[in-house]
Amino acid sequence: MSHEISKLNKAFENRIRIGIMSVLMVNDRIEFSVLKEILDVTDGNLASHITALEKLKYIEVTKQFVGKKPNTSYKVTNDGKIAFNKHLDTLERIIRIRK
Amino acid sequence: MKKQTEPIETLSEIRSIMERSTRFISLNGFAGVFAGIFALVGAFAAYLNFRTNLIHPHYYDYATTSEGIPNLSFYIFFFTDAFLVLIASIVVAVYLSVRKSAKKGLKAWDNSAKRVIYNMSVPLVGGGLFCILIVYHGYIGLVIPVTLIFYGLALISTSKYTFDDIRYLGICELIVGLMATLWIDYGLLFWAFGFGVIHIVYGIIMYYKYER
Repeated sequence: MSHEISKLNKAFENRIRIGIMSVLMVNDRIEFSVLKEILDVTDGNLASHITALEKLKYIEVTKQFVGKKPNTSYKVTNDGKIAFNKHLDTLERIIRIRK
Repeated sequence: MKKQTEPIETLSEIRSIMERSTRFISLNGFAGVFAGIFALVGAFAAYLNFRTNLIHPHYYDYATTSEGIPNLSFYIFFFTDAFLVLIASIVVAVYLSVRKSAKKGLKAWDNSAKRVIYNMSVPLVGGGLFCILIVYHGYIGLVIPVTLIFYGLALISTSKYTFDDIRYLGICELIVGLMATLWIDYGLLFWAFGFGVIHIVYGIIMYYKYER
């Protein structure tokens, strides 16, 4: 049991990070403002968790200009997909053991 | 130390976020083109029936007979025409969406589809009832502008749950609806433009943008 818990990815301990990953798993590419609206969090909070996931190379950031407005969008990387799926598998195993 | 959240809660939260964040993407550009063609056919049928022209565009004059009583055949024609256009457009849109979902291996009737239908139907049913009430009060000329305006608002409010581009379609319909209110005599022309031409142009743009 404790063995399985230790396998849980520390990067996904935070609820906001789990939220970011969940959204990106089912959407090709998503903008900051949309992500913020779906997860209902503040700018700073979201930005800090995005930076953390970006450092781990779980997500990819694209900055571009739409007209004069900066537009930042995010995409999950292959590593991110693998890590998140593993995390989900571990969660499922923990639930099964507890039953 | 922060309490470890239950894995079962975490999983159900993930599931709900995934469902909430997916947009309905199975709508096909061709659905717009077909809806536009049906609308043009419907408007043309009305034109033939009322024999309106640019000098005498007051199609709604036929709503009352020369004796001043409501002309039943006008109402029957008007509503049958509009109803057939609506049904034909919906049937084609649903058929194309189901086919597109099947091709992509998605469920057609998922939560994203339900959200789109719900968010469309609230303003549309409201607008439909409003139309019936203004006909009841005899303002037949307002029916066309009102259908355009409510349709535009329905699209704008639904754009959050599907392609963003739908918002621009909605804004166009809203503007055409307001113009149709200002130049109320030319309702039929605006109706053909709003539901016909704009849908066709929009459908073609969507096809080139997402499906080619």
